[in-house]
Amino acid sequence: MDTDQIVPKQFLKLTSKTGYGKYLFYDWRFDSEGRPRSDFVLNDPKYAGRQILLARDNFGSGSSREHAAWAILDYGFRAVIAPSFADIFYNNCSKNGILAVRLAAEQVDYLFENHDQDISLDLPNQTVVAGNLKASFEIDEFRKKVLLEGLDSIGLTLKLGKEISAYEARNRVAPPT
Amino acid sequence: MAEKLTEPNFLPPVYFISPFGLFFHLQNLPPATIFEKIWNEHIVYQEPGGPSLLYIDRHLVHEVTSPQAFDGLREKRRKVRRPDLTYATMDHNVPTSNRSLPIVDQTSAVQIQTLAKNCSEFGITLFDMKSPDQGIVHVIGPELGLTLPGTTIVCGDSHTSTHGAFGAFALGIGTSEVEHVLATQCLWLDRPKTFAVTLTGKRKNPHAVTAKDMMLYVIRKIGTAGGTGHVLEYRGDAISDLSMENRMTICNMSIEAGARAGLIAPDTTTIDFVRGRRYAPKGEHFEKASEYWESLASDPNAKFDKSVEFNVSSLPPQVSWGTNPGMVADVTENVPDPTEYSAGNENERKAAIRALEYMALDPGTPITDIKVDRVFIGSCTNSRLEDLAEASIVVKGRKVSPSVRAMVVPGSQQVKLEAERLGLDRIFREAGFEWRESGCSMCLGMNPDILSPGERCASTSNRNFEGRQGSGGRTHLVSPVMAAAAAIEGRFVDVREWL
Ligand code: SF4
Repeated sequence: MDTDQIVPKQFLKLTSKTGYGKYLFYDWRFDSEGRPRSDFVLNDPKYAGRQILLARDNFGSGSSREHAAWAILDYGFRAVIAPSFADIFYNNCSKNGILAVRLAAEQVDYLFENHDQDISLDLPNQTVVAGNLKASFEIDEFRKKVLLEGLDSIGLTLKLGKEISAYEARNRVAPPT
Repeated sequence: MAEKLTEPNFLPPVYFISPFGLFFHLQNLPPATIFEKIWNEHIVYQEPGGPSLLYIDRHLVHEVTSPQAFDGLREKRRKVRRPDLTYATMDHNVPTSNRSLPIVDQTSAVQIQTLAKNCSEFGITLFDMKSPDQGIVHVIGPELGLTLPGTTIVCGDSHTSTHGAFGAFALGIGTSEVEHVLATQCLWLDRPKTFAVTLTGKRKNPHAVTAKDMMLYVIRKIGTAGGTGHVLEYRGDAISDLSMENRMTICNMSIEAGARAGLIAPDTTTIDFVRGRRYAPKGEHFEKASEYWESLASDPNAKFDKSVEFNVSSLPPQVSWGTNPGMVADVTENVPDPTEYSAGNENERKAAIRALEYMALDPGTPITDIKVDRVFIGSCTNSRLEDLAEASIVVKGRKVSPSVRAMVVPGSQQVKLEAERLGLDRIFREAGFEWRESGCSMCLGMNPDILSPGERCASTSNRNFEGRQGSGGRTHLVSPVMAAAAAIEGRFVDVREWL
């Protein structure tokens, strides 16, 4: 699943961060006339209000557009579970408070097969529980902390201003001549 | 602007901090890959057991992924830490027709004006639509000498990997990270793993079998997630034989292999390319810098986390048949059968079936029977002077098939000007190609250059995702010479027969 499918480029022209939810999976959700496609899962009323998005391998591949993460969040999802994610997309998720969880392919298959069950995601303990499945997932401590505490990562980095200045002085970082 | 300092900015810290000099360090450092060397030299702060804060030497900015980042700065009353290391251009949205007319699409116009406003407010150099240096951000960086070996380069665009061709660590970032780099000139990163991709052998016909074919072949073999979490280092004689422009084509598509970045160790080809460019160091600084650049290579016994090797000596031209850049065949082959293609992987099989349905192709169809409606020569993968010159050899004295609409979109204004000086525009125009202004154009169809539903395009760009070049449009990725030949014949041909 590539980012061109998550948010098609015709919606990348906005200059804000919000309001992308209605464009999520646009070409899959709507036909060429803009009518909802009845065979697409997000258009099934049964799934309205769900907060966890299940996906397959290499989710979010392709472009760096953070619009993909903004659309997922704006639509109402708080977490995405997949066997693997594209690197930039994975980062973009955590930057926006979306938890991206990597599980083994069989575990994701199980969740797809049993998608009517509630899934509970526990970030502090790094576990996913649904029906008979109890899985744990990996996340690095730094990302976890930023997600749990909702930290402003720029603010954190600016506290290292001394180190940055020292680096610049040491390496004599000069503008291009 | 920061004052001018005496040393260029890419010398490694060891020059300055070690009382024993560089030699001492080299003797004591464990063997490392070029990527690890660049990485280590840019660490500002190391979170124990966590990510590293890396210093960023060059930050390139464009109109689509930056407006929200500048808004974020304003909201928090933050400044751009190093406007002198930040450069902007407009490329994704710009029309490639007459530049003197106003932009029709209002939302594009707003994005473009927003970038101009933000650059002037934050003191950032901008190459705008009127600038003779405007162009696709990954074409102009190298052209202007902003892209230098041994540096760290970021841009809010995944194809930033292009700049790795110079032996830089260059990676695409999201908008939150753009804001972070603007505010701090640094980026938090977990160190990616290393992956050696060795290409060997002399291509029998290097005009017909290009760097694009080599890279499509690599992606076909390692898969679109094959490089996830890794930085690819391309090496081997088939790589060192390549011009800088071809090396950029290779590194450009690292992201299509899922990699974080791709790079090639600098050599004399690299140094000759950089010498004399506007923002490259000059005189004595250049000499000193190039000594360091030449020393930048993976140590002979450096360990890579992964490696593959391919011999490209008898590689045929490659053509993509599906909806991801790993779905690729030799031009001499047929469209594959999904069951055979997937080799037992059920998800792959389903993906191939869906792809063939979207592409309206039947298994077993010879690639050379596939007819095209459109041809696009352009994008940050293949819009440099050499790409256009090679394609023009195929086109010269021939005519575009009456059923095809073909266009050439130079990567930058400089490329366009130089091509016109060489008379390439005439060759293309006389054959029936449209000759456009520079920009991303039909690579992603954010401007008016798009495919209509069902139209099939031979494209020199990098992505064949569903709808990438226009909703319902069908993209086949090929090299510039293959695209040019397809324009003439109205279908794919084995361009080795022509060159
Ligand atoms: S040419 Fe295409 S791939 Fe390259 S920067 Fe522009 S839109 Fe992205």
